[in-house]
Amino acid sequence: MTGTDPMISLSNVEKRYGAFQVLKGVSLEVARGEKVVVCGPSGSGKSTMIRCINRLERHEAGRITVDGIELTDDPKQIEAIRRDVGMVFQQFNLFPHLTVLQNLTLAPVKVRGMKERDARDLAMQLLETVRIPEQADKYPGQLSGGQQQRVAIARALAMKPKAMLFDEPTSALDPEMIKEVLDAMVALAGQGMTMIVVTHEMGFARQVADKIVFMDQGQIVEEATPTDFFSKPKSERAQLFLSNILGH
Amino acid sequence: MTAKLRILLPQLLVLAIVVGLGAYLIHNTLDNLARQGVATGFAYLDREAAFEIGEKLIPYTSADSYGRALLVGLANTLEVGVLGCILATILGLIVGVARMSRNWLIRHIAALYIQAIRNVPLLLQLFVWWDLFRVSAPPPRQAWQIMPGFFLSNRGLTIPLPSFEGGFHWDIPHLAGFNFAGGHIVTPEFAALLIGLVIYTAAFIAEIVRAGIEGVSKGQTEAALALGLKPRQALFLIVLPQARRIILPPLITDYQALIKNSSLAVAIGFPELMAITNTTLNNTGQAIEAISLMMIIYLGLSLITSALLNWYNARLALKGMAR
Ligand SMILES: Nc1ncnc2c1ncn2[C@@H]1O[C@H](COP(=O)(O)OP(=O)(O)OP(=O)(O)O)[C@@H](O)[C@H]1O
Ligand SMILES: [Mg+2]
Repeated sequence: MTGTDPMISLSNVEKRYGAFQVLKGVSLEVARGEKVVVCGPSGSGKSTMIRCINRLERHEAGRITVDGIELTDDPKQIEAIRRDVGMVFQQFNLFPHLTVLQNLTLAPVKVRGMKERDARDLAMQLLETVRIPEQADKYPGQLSGGQQQRVAIARALAMKPKAMLFDEPTSALDPEMIKEVLDAMVALAGQGMTMIVVTHEMGFARQVADKIVFMDQGQIVEEATPTDFFSKPKSERAQLFLSNILGH
Repeated sequence: MTAKLRILLPQLLVLAIVVGLGAYLIHNTLDNLARQGVATGFAYLDREAAFEIGEKLIPYTSADSYGRALLVGLANTLEVGVLGCILATILGLIVGVARMSRNWLIRHIAALYIQAIRNVPLLLQLFVWWDLFRVSAPPPRQAWQIMPGFFLSNRGLTIPLPSFEGGFHWDIPHLAGFNFAGGHIVTPEFAALLIGLVIYTAAFIAEIVRAGIEGVSKGQTEAALALGLKPRQALFLIVLPQARRIILPPLITDYQALIKNSSLAVAIGFPELMAITNTTLNNTGQAIEAISLMMIIYLGLSLITSALLNWYNARLALKGMAR
């Protein structure tokens, strides 16, 4: 694998729910280490698109490849891609019956075959980086939303993924907790992680994104650098969206 | 004060009527028994039973007492109850998971099983199994071999047993004359009762399991899959441990039902608690004593079952699953 081929590539991806077409031919290339922020109105297909990348949704047409592996119906390939792509959900989805530490060590041990001790060391190290090592033995239900989401990020990182997908990671959080989660994501970006982030946190987008993707009605309407996107959005729909979200 | 009285008075009245009625019935019964010359009390338990019992887990001969016969019946009830609950849980888990399979055929076979079994009276099902084992099964010489060592004939089902005599080996049943020797023979009555109860109860447990799995948020499975766990691992490591809390309370009811339903064995001749009680009261005429004793024992078994599972549930809750 050369360093120049894309980490994630979607070409003409289509997806429908019954008669309703959610994705109408989406194409996107994400280079290694690139940070892409996806935004767009509700129902535009943002979640569906990133959920297709790790096969939580099955695409019906088009090609998706991750690090050179094409996503097909073959369970082996699906699992290979899921191992290498971490995901952070809006609702955290931590495992409530396991401690924070167990949440982090489960997949490395069961999927990567890592030794329990090594997995624990790695987990503690990751909890340090998201700055909650003291919560290791608590259960998710005992943590605040912001802490839970940071655990969720650490849990995904424990699999040493090559890329990370974030689906509105801060939308379910109280305002005062948003920053601690964004800080963890900024730090992660600083380490060169490939990231696709669905978010409406435009400050984060400006600070971190290499590229902003604007979606509407199942299509990518605009792809631009943050500077271009915020100063001179080309499409009318993006202009409207920006004026709504930036509140003037 | 008057308001309190107005609430209390009807209740006291009802209580008085119930107690009065009960006292009247008891008095009447004792009176009748005395007139028929039947001695009341539990002295009969020490008398010689003088009837044989076909299957027993504890030593017993017809020279033993009615009390011992009752214990033999209780042991048989416990055997069927414990084995039945374990096997029904395993089968119910399998069917419940199959009911939610992505495979159309598996999903629909499981649904058909659940629907059909739950809607046919258990007694009828027991008769079908009993007929299959006792009447329809061939004589030992033409026994059906299901798996090596497992022979089904009208003498019952043979099962290989592990043996430690002269080093570990399997004691494999084999035909010797007109019957099988070696291993263990499960009588047609026991097999029919156990299999009937397990298949019937498992259909109910399957529905509980399904509801339990559905009660765990979809995000849990997605998070597990997104980490690279296989669907089976997601089910066993993430979904089922959480579903357990939802499954456990209704499971208690099904276990209790299985134990109570085991009394239907009286119809196919397996000597459990109900059948022994039946014989005892026919022979001694001590209907009141025998039946109250049986009721107390069944009540006790129900309470013990419930206490055990509640204790297990509380232990789970302690382990931080309180959310
Ligand atoms: N399982 C489903 N069945 C039917 N329709 C669905 C399903 N999942 C999503 N949709 C529809 O597909 C469209 C796109 O959904 P998606 O969740 O991808 O949008 P989104 O851009 O992430 O929106 P939001 O900002 O609200 O999260 C929506 O109109 C939604 O109603
Ligand atoms: Mg969404």
